[in-house]
Parts: sequence; C-alpha cells; structure tokens
Amino acid sequence: MSKRANGSVVVRHEVGMHARPSVKLTQLAKSFDARIDLGPSPEGPWVDAKSIVKVMRTKTPRDAVLHFRAEGEDAESAVRALIELIERDFEMEPSQEDKQ
Amino acid sequence: MKNGNVGIVIVSHSADVARGTADMVRQMVGNSVPLAWCGGTKDGRLGTSIEAISAAIEAAWSDRGVAILVDLGGAETNSEMAVEMLSDARRDRVVVCNAPIVEGAVMAATEASAGSPLDQVRRTAEELRGA
Repeated sequence: MSKRANGSVVVRHEVGMHARPSVKLTQLAKSFDARIDLGPSPEGPWVDAKSIVKVMRTKTPRDAVLHFRAEGEDAESAVRALIELIERDFEMEPSQEDKQ
Repeated sequence: MKNGNVGIVIVSHSADVARGTADMVRQMVGNSVPLAWCGGTKDGRLGTSIEAISAAIEAAWSDRGVAILVDLGGAETNSEMAVEMLSDARRDRVVVCNAPIVEGAVMAATEASAGSPLDQVRRTAEELRGA
C-alpha cells in the first residue's frame, strides 16, 4: 500500500522560485522514489516536482505558499526534505560548486 | 563526481557564449554531470569546428550518452557531422537537442544530474519549446 503525505511552506527566497531554486528543488525531488507534486493551493493545480521545466514555469513568487503532495514509500520524508530545503532558503550560500 | 550521468556538450559560435553557458550549468546544477564546451576559432573569431566538437564530445563522454546543445546553423550541422564521425558503438549514444542553448543546457544538465537516461535528458531540454 502506498503512503501519502502533504505539506506546505512559504517561499521566502528573495526572488521566489526562479532558476536556481527550481534546479535545487527538482534535484532533491528526483532523489526520492515517491511521486511528488507541487501547487499553489491544497487543491492544485499540481505540477510534477521532478520536472525542472514545469517547476520553473510555475514562477512561484516570493511570499507565496507552496503546497506539496507525495505518494509512495518515502512520501513523508520527501515532503519533509522539500519543505526543509525551502526553509533553508535553498542552501543558496556558497556551496560545493563554488570550489571547483 | 558520479560517473553514471549523461554528459553535456555546449557548442556555440562564440567562445564567450559557450564558456558562459558552461559556467551557468556548473553554478546552477553542480559538478555531477560531465560537461565540455567549444566555440569560436583558434584565432578568436566566431565559428565552430568539427574537430573541436569531437574533442568536446570525448571530454564529456559518458557511457550513458552525451547531449549536445547548439546555437545557430553551423553549430548544428557541424555537431551532426561530428556525431556521424563517431564509432558505431558511440554514435547512437549522442544526440543534438532541439532547444535554446543556454536554457536547454541548464535543463538538460538538471535532468542528467538525477541520473536520467539520454532520451529523457533530451526531452527535458526540448520541453522548453512547448512553453
């Protein structure tokens, strides 16, 4: 039986869900087996959180609430991880890619 | 670095555009994707060369395949010729994406960084066109 999870978070990043945050979110979503959708309300409309093109196209602005729903064995940890990523402001501080 | 990811090659007429696009991929997507770029002539003018494209494919080679992003005209035809010149074993594992070079490279690399197969990497880059 597959598990379901839901959650929401306010996007505080200064420019909203633009290119770099979208890439980070998609990469994290893809690391889970669960099917994961995101949308602007608990009723959607939903887009596949693992699709970089669709996530970027939502153009979620700053201070918008982003809702997640997931279905699968790791649904709960997926939603928790995605919300934490956004709460950490997408780890936008200098990270490993600046050390090349 | 993960070894199992599809590689990305960026082919522009301009070395600055190719290098800048590669910078965007590195900074936005990270280092988990094999990446190479080429652009311009040896004496600093605009242009593309089959030789440079072949070297870039070699540099970004992955057994999972390589997706090439190009800008205009000659970049596409020269890339196709560079693919034609590959060995039989490699030719089927290289595709030229029908997508804008900068956006396509970032989208393709994001998809590749998740371990997706070549076909899906190309589809993600080309999905931009339906916008």
